[in-house]
Amino acid sequence: MEKQNIPDAVPFKFGKKLKTWLGIAAAVGLIALLWGVFIAQLPASRIWANLWLNALMFLFLGLGALFFWTVNTLGESTWQINIQRIMESMGLTIPFAILFFVIAFPGLKHLFEWTHTEHLDEILQKKTAYLNMPFWLIRFVSYFALWTFFAFYLRKISVKNDFEPRDNFLKKLRSTSGWFIVIFAITSSTSAWDWLMSIDGHWFSTLYGWYIFSGMFVASISVIILISVAFKRFNIMPNINSEHLHDLGKYLFGFSIFWAYLWISQYLLIWYGNIPEETIYYVERVDNFNTLFYVNMTVNFLFPFLALMTRGAKRQPLYLSVIAIVVLIGHYIDLYLAIMPGAVGHEQAAIGLLEIGLPFFYLAAFLLLFLVFFEKAKPVPENHPYFIESSDYENI
Amino acid sequence: MRAIVYGYFTDELDLLNAVKELQNKGIRIADVRTPFPVHGLDAALKLRRSHLPKVAFVGGLIGGTLGLFFQVWVFTKGWPLNFGGKPFLSLPSFIPVTFELTVLIAAFSMGIAFLLRSNLGPGSIPDILDEEVTDDHFQIILSEKNNNLSETELVEALAATGALDVKHVNAEK
Repeated sequence: MEKQNIPDAVPFKFGKKLKTWLGIAAAVGLIALLWGVFIAQLPASRIWANLWLNALMFLFLGLGALFFWTVNTLGESTWQINIQRIMESMGLTIPFAILFFVIAFPGLKHLFEWTHTEHLDEILQKKTAYLNMPFWLIRFVSYFALWTFFAFYLRKISVKNDFEPRDNFLKKLRSTSGWFIVIFAITSSTSAWDWLMSIDGHWFSTLYGWYIFSGMFVASISVIILISVAFKRFNIMPNINSEHLHDLGKYLFGFSIFWAYLWISQYLLIWYGNIPEETIYYVERVDNFNTLFYVNMTVNFLFPFLALMTRGAKRQPLYLSVIAIVVLIGHYIDLYLAIMPGAVGHEQAAIGLLEIGLPFFYLAAFLLLFLVFFEKAKPVPENHPYFIESSDYENI
Repeated sequence: MRAIVYGYFTDELDLLNAVKELQNKGIRIADVRTPFPVHGLDAALKLRRSHLPKVAFVGGLIGGTLGLFFQVWVFTKGWPLNFGGKPFLSLPSFIPVTFELTVLIAAFSMGIAFLLRSNLGPGSIPDILDEEVTDDHFQIILSEKNNNLSETELVEALAATGALDVKHVNAEK
């Protein structure tokens, strides 16, 4: 294919203007939090639950991107090499999520009923072998230790190849990715139990880990799409063309359906079984969070399913970004529905200034860290053996 | 009776270059046959996009609608059964069958439409000029019909691009 009309790359500089914008976004989030705590004097559980929700969302964006990169590396795909540095840098934000989780630690009593060790009912007592504070903390630390190790080690392998290409580069990248996938397969499920499912301590679902994972994956794909479109627009990565967007759009489309598939699989069996201790989870959500319950389904499945069906939709940057933004908000709502009914309860939970404003702080923090890491390496891994193929391919 | 001239390449990049070379000379290419999809070939030949996705969409729509309405009819009118005290019209339980039928009818309609359109259905006689196109040969076919050149000129032009084993036959279509 002819390589025409590809402008020269503009080296990325993390400029003052961008920093100002991120500062404004962070300030909006902080004001929303301070307003909630001091002026509106919202219930404590609602504030802690919001901090918890946003910390999870922050983590999921990086973790999903790391998974996306490793799974593509393992599958020996070539299309993603041009946008690989975006995923690498997103993955490096993982350890900073610890900070946001730790901020919410004093509120654990408000979030998790099983932390009230002095008066546990029979069901929660039987779960203490797994749901107890020391073991929970050990798991918390080990998840982050493992994920951080892989995020930084993979990045190191990738960046090293820019300066001294080695023959065993791909082999090393692949085997490390493989180990990450194995570990992620287990930790993604168990961390979802620890941080989300145990909010509704009496309830359980064996599908829950995959369900949360699929939502995480879709959310991080939509962020990758948004960043790719922006970087193409500002010529930071002029090699990104409609083929890359088409592939990302296919992932957004496909995994939105995958998310809906897991959602209905979990819902359908509980609905069919009709056992009170299982149905309580959905009764709570259908009765008291009725609007959001249906909005969740519409925004995360019906909308991307219909909007991304055609080929043209996936190749049009502006159109694709609008869908990505909607789906990203949709998965924030999905997490909201997973946390709030159990942690806050329908009498106190609401969507107000806090819920709308606070994510801006976390988004600004995410973008700040992402850009700092992105600036440190070349925007594209030019020495990657598949680099040329990634710039020169087409979707048939 | 019109003459058909054909030759093959063993590499897809040679094929792509030959296609461009022939087009630069103003020669129209009747068909190109490859063992697998070659990137950039569709654009070079200026082929229209396939209508197969539309067939799949319509097929899926028909399958999903029929599947859903059949279940609604069966469980409310045709033969209502009481399952664990649930209402007769229970949409969640219809979802799996609806989904499966959407996929099934979409896949069938797509497969059948493809076979009919490509003349590969049962009873059709495939016009294969070189069996190796299913293996490792990339074939270019030129026809006297849409070119103003004579048969020998076409053979020369194709051979000049580096095509191997250039042959010509008289074909009816």
